[in-house]
Amino acid sequence: MNFEEKNMSKLDYLDQLENEAIHILREVAGQFDRPALLFSGGKDSICLVHLAIKAFRPGKFPFPLVHVDTGHNFPEAITYRDNLAKQLDEKLIVRYVADTIKAKKLQDGKGKFPSRNGLQTYTLLEVIEEFEFDACIGGARRDEEKARAKERIFSIRDEFGQWDPKMQRPELWNIYNGKINKGENVRVFPISNWTELDVWNYIKREKIELPSIYFTHERECILTEHGQLMNTNEFVQIEASDVVVIKKVRYRTVGDMTCTAAVESEAYSLDDIITELKEAKISERGATRMDDRVSEAAMEDRKKGGYF
Amino acid sequence: MELLRFFTAGNVDDGKSTLIGRLLFDSKSISTDIIETLTKQSKTSGIDTGIDLALLTDGLRAEREQGITIDVAYKYFTTDKRKFIIADTPGHIQYTRNMFTGASNADLAIILVDARNGITDQTKRHSIISSILGIPHVLVCINKMDLVNYSEERFNEIVNDYKEFAQPLNLKQTSFIPASALAGDNVVERSSNMNWYKGETLMQFLENVKIDVVNSDGASRFQVQYVIRPQTNHLHDYRGYAGKILSGTYKKGDKVLVLPSNIETTIEKLEKHQAEIEVANALDPVIIHLKDDVDISRGSSIVKVSETPQTEREVNATICWMDNNAFQPGQKLILQQNSFRTKAIVKDIVGKIDIHSFKQLESDGGMKLNDICKVFIKTAEPISFDAYEENRHTGSFILINENTNNTVAAGTISLS
Repeated sequence: MNFEEKNMSKLDYLDQLENEAIHILREVAGQFDRPALLFSGGKDSICLVHLAIKAFRPGKFPFPLVHVDTGHNFPEAITYRDNLAKQLDEKLIVRYVADTIKAKKLQDGKGKFPSRNGLQTYTLLEVIEEFEFDACIGGARRDEEKARAKERIFSIRDEFGQWDPKMQRPELWNIYNGKINKGENVRVFPISNWTELDVWNYIKREKIELPSIYFTHERECILTEHGQLMNTNEFVQIEASDVVVIKKVRYRTVGDMTCTAAVESEAYSLDDIITELKEAKISERGATRMDDRVSEAAMEDRKKGGYF
Repeated sequence: MELLRFFTAGNVDDGKSTLIGRLLFDSKSISTDIIETLTKQSKTSGIDTGIDLALLTDGLRAEREQGITIDVAYKYFTTDKRKFIIADTPGHIQYTRNMFTGASNADLAIILVDARNGITDQTKRHSIISSILGIPHVLVCINKMDLVNYSEERFNEIVNDYKEFAQPLNLKQTSFIPASALAGDNVVERSSNMNWYKGETLMQFLENVKIDVVNSDGASRFQVQYVIRPQTNHLHDYRGYAGKILSGTYKKGDKVLVLPSNIETTIEKLEKHQAEIEVANALDPVIIHLKDDVDISRGSSIVKVSETPQTEREVNATICWMDNNAFQPGQKLILQQNSFRTKAIVKDIVGKIDIHSFKQLESDGGMKLNDICKVFIKTAEPISFDAYEENRHTGSFILINENTNNTVAAGTISLS
């Protein structure tokens, strides 16, 4: 074996992804005065927290966890969030979209599935301003969507949080330039190079605990005309013509209850989920998000407007 | 399972997108909803025969409108053997900086050659960039073989032309595969149209090519990213230096030198993932504890005393200028090498590399966007480095404009 002769150890791909993410987190700690980790209670941000433990313990995290709470979250995700912050003894900052709507007299989401997805950008920009965050770490991955596939790991945003895809800084080797002018901030995506399957394999390997809605359970849902299963809840207007069904489902992503669809599933364990994903024919966002279906450039436009 | 990072360079015309599309399709990495969207989009752009694969890789509105690749897009696929990260980079000369960005991390370059055209300026440019960035493997994929009647003679002719051209480039390893991405010949499936070719298909090559990512054999190199000081009652005196082993190995008790302060001390303890470890290998994210309280901060290097790198206030380098604004003589810059930063100034532009011939031309004293130049740089603080060809981590840097904060150049260090 040539590798052994030359003392070239081969690293597993999950080790390489993990090393890269830890390196990025430590660069954030080293380069910025007031960073924050955007925590949603979803599996990707849960992985970020796990990586932060590996990067900084026995020290404290050099950043608080920040959650922009739309008020439409799954209760399981909120419980998980609060328990995690307590258990880790790390600072958690929560800001509510409902407060922004009231203060700024914004129009709340309307319609059958009233989404606050667009509105959370306002609250995000407000919390960045309130605490003068200069870097916000997020769990976005490049495999999710084709505009994200183009974004750098250190993504510079102007005073309005806007992403300018034509003016991206070159990003070479593992050298990250986080120098910014006052008022600007950087969005940092340490797990850019992970795919959905990588995330699940990592969760399994590291035995990371997740909110229960990621696993199969019975739930009352509306079957939409696009064939998506939307969970019935206080925010969704149920009409007489709706087809309401009870199905065994789980969530592939945990966003708002009003715009995240469940998928039919029998997956009780991480192994089941991984097997299911390998056979799945539909992408993560395609299966579960209503917000990306609007147009081909929906994500690009939202990012330009200051979205994650 | 291993990870392989490769980049492809070229435009829609070269069959680059078709090739990537084929790899993704045939490895079943594209979901049905995405295929559905693409079919719909392909129809709007006037393509009735199935899917326009370029739409799969070109993610920005402007790219789709103009039918060109402007910036790097990252794509992922997995086979039973490996996980692959593709940096899909533009081929146009005006986007050379974006190609640098996508290529800098790659283990492998796939350079596409249209069998009808043979070696073109673009082929030369991409090969020269691969050479400057020290890409370990270059795969020349001679595409569109169906349009030259799958001719072995034509293939050999191009291979010979390429070898002749590439001779001065010192590419580490070069391979050639005849293929047709559109028809699927030798991409995933072996071609029955080219029985004269006995080598691997592209997919076999990607799965089997040797990757030397981790060099634990090299000299010991470590840079401090962040100092961990919990300052709690329980861990009052805890002071750990967090960073990544860039190359070589470290163990407890090693006699080390802290640079640039040049102080000798000993490794007291090594930690990784909250556990003490005996040996730290290349790429390990670790926390190093030193026996003595020394002057050490972010960007400082810790190396074994027997393996010290060059530490100077000046470096010779090859840089690619990446800013829209041309270089101003005397311009104040910041040099960043991993986590180390210092003020720097380009003292002399020694020569300019012709991107199509690799010849060093006389400098006109300026550097414009996409120019590749040999330069002499002076730094305010001494920098510890190795030649780029020895160590990609300690031999590379970026230059930042102090005023705009933009990354204006990327450089590789040479010893002479």
